[in-house]
Amino acid sequence: MQKYSVLSLARNALTHHDGWEKAWRNPDLKPSYDAVVIGGGGHGLATAYYLAKQHGYKNIALIEAGWLGGGNTGRNTTIVRSNYLYPQSADFYDFSLKLFENLSQELNFNVMLRQAGLLTLLHSRHDLEVMRRNLNAMHMNGIDAEWLSPQQVAKMAPGINMSKTARYPIAGGILQKRGGVARHDGVAWGFARAADALGVDIVQMCSVTGFDIKKGEVVGVQTSKGQIKTNKVAIAVAGHSSVLAEMAGFRLPVSSMALQACVSEPLKPLFDAAIMSGTIGAYISQSDKGEMVMGGALDAYPSYAQRGNINNIEHAIAGVLEMFPNLSRVKLMRQWAGIVDIVHDSTPIIGHTPIKGMYINCGFGTGGFKATPAGGWTLAHTLATDQPHKLIQDFTLKRFETGAFIDEMGAAGISH
Amino acid sequence: MMNINCPYCGLRSEAEYKFGGPAHLARPGPANEVSDEQWANYLFMLDNKKGVSAERWCHSHGCGQWFNMVRNTITHEILQTYKITESLDKKFGGQDGAKN
Repeated sequence: MQKYSVLSLARNALTHHDGWEKAWRNPDLKPSYDAVVIGGGGHGLATAYYLAKQHGYKNIALIEAGWLGGGNTGRNTTIVRSNYLYPQSADFYDFSLKLFENLSQELNFNVMLRQAGLLTLLHSRHDLEVMRRNLNAMHMNGIDAEWLSPQQVAKMAPGINMSKTARYPIAGGILQKRGGVARHDGVAWGFARAADALGVDIVQMCSVTGFDIKKGEVVGVQTSKGQIKTNKVAIAVAGHSSVLAEMAGFRLPVSSMALQACVSEPLKPLFDAAIMSGTIGAYISQSDKGEMVMGGALDAYPSYAQRGNINNIEHAIAGVLEMFPNLSRVKLMRQWAGIVDIVHDSTPIIGHTPIKGMYINCGFGTGGFKATPAGGWTLAHTLATDQPHKLIQDFTLKRFETGAFIDEMGAAGISH
Repeated sequence: MMNINCPYCGLRSEAEYKFGGPAHLARPGPANEVSDEQWANYLFMLDNKKGVSAERWCHSHGCGQWFNMVRNTITHEILQTYKITESLDKKFGGQDGAKN
């Protein structure tokens, strides 16, 4: 791997930047691999990287039906945070945030992490009471979070409607200073480049058409580019998890639904923090390019169409404009949707499947981006050792039988 | 946006409706003989079909009635809406004499 640095930039400037290597190879699929990772989004790429880096796997294929980071990895609103309610979630997401904090150095690729804070707005006495409890839970779990007065919120979010007669009056806020945003494409590309350097064969435009399963054990994967022999398979395909599970002969407690987001035209810097409000079901941040990035709640019915409906995004934007009336004349540039994998308790499923040798990472629903490194780290560990990583031992498929749910619906910040 | 044909009210905007899970699920029983695995399967495990899928919907901001709908989850094309007491059409995988 050609190292990216100030020196390499200067050296390549001398040759008019014609000498840069491709960030990753484009190899043909081999007939057999020690492990096959399905899904070239952040989680799949991170899984392949950590399998090679932490567990010494040398012969790994990563296959992706479309292009790298073209699914939910490139469609989210890039927010990272760890302000969850239950200890299992706090440990997992905070581990992820810690990996994020060192990710640019680890991957030698700038993921443009900007920890400018994650501000959750509180609008009513009820919000204050519920979120005070959540804040205490965060402190008990060792997560940094601070209580803000309305005046402190106003200072952090210039332009916010502080009027007493506002539709959504500001009663306070909770700030996680270590929260913020990272460049989602950068995360996918950084993991891809680093995984490729460790020998992972990344094969794009290669979809799975079936699995070879003998006596309950996976022995191969059939793809549009040929058959692969392998007895270890990791699946990280978010909204398409049920489709692959059906091919393997098991079912998942997952509903695939569309989650929308949009960006405005670029503006001069307005505020630094990512701001969310559970009450209005919307969130807003300003990208490094100056665009206002906004998203709302789910389109609450199953869909595999990556577009989303207009009344839902209109509702989210209406809420944002009630809070930031100064944005009312700003033009939208793009709107899109990703197909997210919703489970009943808003906690992911990571680990074993009913098929031996097959492991899955799904159920992140509306909040998978922030978990990218930890999702990959723990899935790689589980595949390599055949034992669940300690951070995810409660995130099993089995919990739907035992009832040991981790209900993060309220703490996830946005309704789902 | 979908325009959904409520079997009681006719064509109305999607905004008036609420999705309510898959249709034609048979509840296992008797209750004291049902294993945890069977309950989990009934309550949580979903086909989550990519393509033609039979669903329950409620006209919550209209007549308030529940009904069934066959819909393509890729294109959002609505193939049929019918009363909750009716069976799934054979052309969508319904079986003769099947209970709804």
